[in-house]
Amino acid sequence: MSTGTRLLSLRGISKEFYGNVVLEDISFDLDRGQIIGLVGENGAGKTTLMRILFGMPVIAETGGFNGTIELDGQPVAFKTPFDALDAGIGMVHQEFSLIPGFSTTENIALNRESLKTNFACDIFGKRMSVLDRVTMRERAVKAIHTLGVKLDPDMLVSEMPVGHKQFTEIAREIDRKNVKLLVLDEPTAVLTETEAEVLLSSMRALAAQGISIIFISHRLHEITKVADKIVVLRDGKIVKDVPVAGVSVQDIAAWMVGRDVKTKAAHLSVCKDSVYLNVEHLWVDMPGETVRDVSFQVMEGEIFGIGGLAGQGKLGIANGVMGLFPAGGQVTVGGQDVILNNPHAALNSDIAFVSEDRRGVGLLLDESLEWNIAFTAMQAKRQHLIPVLGGLFSVRDEKSMKALALEYIESLEIRCTGPRQRAKELSGGNQQKICLAKAFALKPKLLFVSEPTRGIDVGAKAIVLETLRAYNRDYGMTIVMISSELEELRSICHRVAIVDEGKIAGILPPTADVAQFGLLMSGLGAGKNGDAA
Amino acid sequence: MRNVKSFVADNIVTLIFLTITIIAIPFSGLSGSYIISNLIDRFARSSFLVFALILPIMAGMGINFAMVLGATAGQIGLIFAVDHNIMGTEGLILATLVGIPLSVGLGWFSGQVLNRARGREMVTGFILGYFMDGIYQFFGLYIMGWLIPIRTAQVMQIDGGGVRNTLALESVRGGLDKIVSLKVGPFSIPVVTFAVIAVLCLFIIWFRRTKLGQDMRAIGQEQGISHAAGINVDRTRILAIVISTVLACIGQIIYLQNLGNMFTYTSQRQAGYYAAAAILVGGATVSKASIKNVFIGVFLVHALYITTPLAGKALFKSAMVGQYMSDFINYGIIASALVLHAWKNKRAADLARAGLRMSAEAQAAAGGVA
Ligand SMILES: Nc1ncnc2c1ncn2[C@@H]1O[C@H](COP(=O)(O)OP(=O)(O)OP(=O)(O)O)[C@@H](O)[C@H]1O
Ligand SMILES: [Mg+2]
Repeated sequence: MSTGTRLLSLRGISKEFYGNVVLEDISFDLDRGQIIGLVGENGAGKTTLMRILFGMPVIAETGGFNGTIELDGQPVAFKTPFDALDAGIGMVHQEFSLIPGFSTTENIALNRESLKTNFACDIFGKRMSVLDRVTMRERAVKAIHTLGVKLDPDMLVSEMPVGHKQFTEIAREIDRKNVKLLVLDEPTAVLTETEAEVLLSSMRALAAQGISIIFISHRLHEITKVADKIVVLRDGKIVKDVPVAGVSVQDIAAWMVGRDVKTKAAHLSVCKDSVYLNVEHLWVDMPGETVRDVSFQVMEGEIFGIGGLAGQGKLGIANGVMGLFPAGGQVTVGGQDVILNNPHAALNSDIAFVSEDRRGVGLLLDESLEWNIAFTAMQAKRQHLIPVLGGLFSVRDEKSMKALALEYIESLEIRCTGPRQRAKELSGGNQQKICLAKAFALKPKLLFVSEPTRGIDVGAKAIVLETLRAYNRDYGMTIVMISSELEELRSICHRVAIVDEGKIAGILPPTADVAQFGLLMSGLGAGKNGDAA
Repeated sequence: MRNVKSFVADNIVTLIFLTITIIAIPFSGLSGSYIISNLIDRFARSSFLVFALILPIMAGMGINFAMVLGATAGQIGLIFAVDHNIMGTEGLILATLVGIPLSVGLGWFSGQVLNRARGREMVTGFILGYFMDGIYQFFGLYIMGWLIPIRTAQVMQIDGGGVRNTLALESVRGGLDKIVSLKVGPFSIPVVTFAVIAVLCLFIIWFRRTKLGQDMRAIGQEQGISHAAGINVDRTRILAIVISTVLACIGQIIYLQNLGNMFTYTSQRQAGYYAAAAILVGGATVSKASIKNVFIGVFLVHALYITTPLAGKALFKSAMVGQYMSDFINYGIIASALVLHAWKNKRAADLARAGLRMSAEAQAAAGGVA
């Protein structure tokens, strides 16, 4: 709850990257115990603004920023994140920063361990003091309690489900003695809906204790549920700064995009009668997403959805078929066997894959956008290459690469300075769009897309889903879409399978009742052997 | 059954060499009490050296082959003590006082180098050892006797240039072992040496519980994350190497005072090979090591050293074979332990996979096809 005393004021913040203005005259205030929901389209500048606040080195390296930041009425300018931490600002980054072989407690207290000094400290300094594990554990338990979640203080991070890792990170931030402000940049993107609910109530509990929070999310209902006020960024400018009371998700979406967002009615194509993808007794050894025994069939021209809770194995299916993790079983595509455990074999047999892990296997971050989009097509299909000396060797066809990139920049509304911009300079959501463009460019007969809209704003989400649908309709592309968002699956799929404990719990038509899906996800549904519908 | 199998796989390196030893004992024709008294002697002599490897492994830097630099510092200390004709325990103290500052400097230097060779620490450490050999020989053969006069004739080369290739350490021999020597039946036990080793064990146990120890564990797993948390990764890695180098220096002095003579230009290198072989045979890996690994390793390696040359001689009817046996053991162990380590990692992954395969195949057999 807001107590009315000002904690943070941003005044006239502007930032440009080499002439590309991404933030312009940003000013807003934050009170103690207040939660701000910071929203905006992909590339609107949310992450950049938080990086400025937190003193991240990339900002200084790219020419610094203009404007002033006041904390507790004092102007501050953090040179490094450590200065920001000292001033009481905690930030939970998108990617995890935990030590896998350490316990929850050890991670929460990482480099801030409770110590017992001894004689050796006088000679060799503080690092010779012995850890006070009892106090450390008490601190961890207290931080976990403040969050109001259930975490085992002695569990190793490597054995934790992804949601627990997220909570451990937050617990680490609030364990700091003087924490006043928490910045959470899309913390719920990796969480299941239930875990996200828990996180939201933790945030309320923290705010009640006087900690202010800046919360960034593309799940707008979370913003309306938890925030006290909403700040909407569009193209680097603040377009709205209003209390949340009475604001609806539709309102926010419209402010973000600057026009009404229509949810289009589904135009489903009619799929053929022949089986295109046949999966029998597939097992995949993907850590945290183990597939135990999965069998299903996808018709030619179908959009087949795979849903289920995190960690149950839905992500493993696509990764296994694509040869990225050790797998076994029978997979045929268009009547031909797919050789498992070999990523090349999968690519050559006209299958493309958009990974959920855009950092790991998705992009060459140091390369240009056009190169990223055309790369796989070049490798697998020898497209965008000009044969030289009668095909003895070939050179890149720069022109066709550029045309290709421009096509997708336009159709997916990728926000960038041009096809030559490096992938790592794009915002998170726009990187995700590049991953999609890369796969679309292959024009595959079968496309696996994993979490295609994770981290993508409401407007772009509709575009992405519409593009999938268009490819399905116009090119007869068979699509297997894996997503944690049931609504998304139901809106474009012909059938939706739910995975539970590494097996298919059941397959339902999208028109089936939400409650039925819920039963399957909770492991209570019938037909566990995977031959439903 | 399954437990037995995974126990074997987890301890495969240790078990292989244990088997070789057990087979070699009867062929060697040595008596039990001879082997035991030899083991006691050798354990006191050389376990300190092996402890030098624990901290760098903990800090994620693998086996610190650059510990050879510390051993060299110890030898330089001993050369001084012998040359100044300071005898017995005092001689060892002088050697240590000369060796420690030298090894701190050398350790700091190799830490700097290894920080610039991230991910290739072991190979780099190996090469550093050779590099140090060159400097050490230059020092021993040219600087000594030229810039630094040699006072004692036994230290000088016959032709007068530099330090001898084989140096008799009679004056300091047993300077530690013989302070208190306890007779238990046929065996004599160097009490003070064992006390020093015990203190070192306690130090390591205590060190793991310190802030610095915790930081080493953290950087051993994730350098980037530790750095982001504010741990000074580079400095911590250098400290791990400095401590390792200092321990290697003291270890080499303890080793040589027991032996009573030293091959001036090769002993340090052997110390490095020996320590690496011992800790690996004891079941340590390049990423995980404990005090237990040191103890098991030291005993096993020496049991091998004692028995296999004689067993080899008896089996192959050739003294030459026996001669080459101990060199072969050192190199063989290091190579095979590293290969087996890789195999073990792969096996752990395969094992987890096999479980999945079996359950999927059982389903297929039961006819639960879609
Ligand atoms: N290092 C950089 N160099 C050049 N441009 C950059 C850099 N980092 C970000 N940008 C640009 O700044 C703009 C804002 O990016 P930012 O990451 O702040 O967006 P965001 O609002 O967090 O979007 P998303 O919702 O997709 O995460 C983008 O157009 C991006 O391309
Ligand atoms: Mg962002």
